[in-house]
Amino acid sequence: MTTSRNIIWRDRLAAVAPALPWTIALAILGYAFLAGGYLVTVMSFALIYAIFVTGLNVFMGYAGQVTFGHNAFAALSGYGSAVLTASYGWQPLTAFAAGMALALGGALVVGYPTLRLKGHYLAMATLAIGLIVYEVAVQWQAVTGGYMGISGIPPLGVGGFEIMSDRAQLAFLLLVLVLATWSAMRLRASRFGRALVAIAGSEDAARALGIDVAHYKLMAFLISAAYAALAGSLFVHVVGFVSPEVFGLHMVVLAFTMLYVGGIGTAAGPLVGAVIISLLPETFRALKDYQDLAYGAGLILLLIYAPKGLAALGRLIPRSKES
Amino acid sequence: MTLLVLERVTRRFGGLVAVDAVDLSVAPGGVTAIIGPNGAGKTTLFHLISGFQTPDLGRITFQGRDITGEPPERIAAHGLVRTFQLVQLFRDLTAIENVKVGCHLQTRGGVLTALVRPKGAREAETQVTATARELLAFVGLDASAELPASALTYGRQRLLEIARALAAKPKLLLLDEPAAGLNSEETRLLAAAIRRIAAGGTTVLLIEHDMNLVMTTADTVAVLDFGKKIAEGTPRSVREDPAVVAAYLGTAEGAHA
Repeated sequence: MTTSRNIIWRDRLAAVAPALPWTIALAILGYAFLAGGYLVTVMSFALIYAIFVTGLNVFMGYAGQVTFGHNAFAALSGYGSAVLTASYGWQPLTAFAAGMALALGGALVVGYPTLRLKGHYLAMATLAIGLIVYEVAVQWQAVTGGYMGISGIPPLGVGGFEIMSDRAQLAFLLLVLVLATWSAMRLRASRFGRALVAIAGSEDAARALGIDVAHYKLMAFLISAAYAALAGSLFVHVVGFVSPEVFGLHMVVLAFTMLYVGGIGTAAGPLVGAVIISLLPETFRALKDYQDLAYGAGLILLLIYAPKGLAALGRLIPRSKES
Repeated sequence: MTLLVLERVTRRFGGLVAVDAVDLSVAPGGVTAIIGPNGAGKTTLFHLISGFQTPDLGRITFQGRDITGEPPERIAAHGLVRTFQLVQLFRDLTAIENVKVGCHLQTRGGVLTALVRPKGAREAETQVTATARELLAFVGLDASAELPASALTYGRQRLLEIARALAAKPKLLLLDEPAAGLNSEETRLLAAAIRRIAAGGTTVLLIEHDMNLVMTTADTVAVLDFGKKIAEGTPRSVREDPAVVAAYLGTAEGAHA
């Protein structure tokens, strides 16, 4: 009797498990929204990063490629938005469109030759792109303001309407993230998405079935660059300030951590990873000097006990054979 | 009209001539087998036909179209689809998803279609699922549809790879040692599947070591030895050909030992 009841409960648990990572992430966001204050700022950054990581997930999780350089596309669009709104008085939306076009143009120029490279070579080439854009942001002082950056970037808004309060900003960012995640899920569940995961599985087999591997890699690269550009523009408007450090190598390291901790290749992974990783330093703040140590130890524990990421934890609950 | 024509196709690796001026014609319908000792150049020949390698000399014509040097994805789009000697499945995908990938050439649509998901795309997706189920049933894997490909036994992985290739609706199916690693029962099932594929109108060209499989499935057999075609004909005539016997068992001079 007890075993069959256990099985029933286990099956019920397994049935709701896929919703668990979403629920936890949304609960934390909901709490932040109600609590207000500093936590709202932390969660706003988490959502922007979640958008960036969702794009990274298309290229790395779905198509199985490596990039260390997508911060470059966030930088191109972020600086595009910053310069056009703060220095030239453009509307945020039109500036965003221009920044996005700039980032996609850059991604096309960079992606076309480098995607012929494989594995480590592709990784090295993309790393170089990130560093080059960083250097340009530092050196081209007339436009970017160098290390000092650009301040006085207006908040998000259309026409006369501006999103001023932190809470409204958080709600808007959540809406953007929902759309971004929804798009990524639709991509994955399509002919296009199947071609990407096929390339991740075996490039030879994909080609033998008529999949133009070079074309699909480039498309995945451009899509992830578009997500990065969206995140870049959102960031400068939310913070109101941009400097080279914002889109430095630190961004890549943080995004990678979020992707792997959240669960690479999963739909919920980017959001869960971004929320948890953004909270970790805040959680350990009380430990003062030992903060970094605790953060590192937390990461190691996560990767040992959830090697496929937090979003995949639900799958560890075994279902009974009958169901 | 012949389906596939190879004219003096040659491929060298350094000083080694892996494929040496091979002429071969494959007529539509039926099963053609290429046999030969290890290192005879069979797999290289397959790489040349399917575009994974480019011949140094010679010409390959498929359905009257010169496909020499074309990339694999374009050759596949012409209706020439291959499997691999070492099974190349999408291991993390389920069996049915693997077959759905095989439907790539049968469907259209990119990023915009994926996002908008218009009615036509939804119908195509339903069709893809139905086709994939049929093909899994065709190779006897319908019960394993939702299992990850990596969870299948080796024999079933081979059958799955064939089902996936069939999803591309090939006119010519290239099977690279399909019986390698199979037990006798699995080989029997495979032979039956190959006969049914040919009966369904898909021409089959296969490389094989398992003589039993070749004798029970092939209508025509070509024999390669040291990159050269040394015999061609019905399974019976080839088996009795002295040159073939010499190639397999070694000659008195021990030239091939």
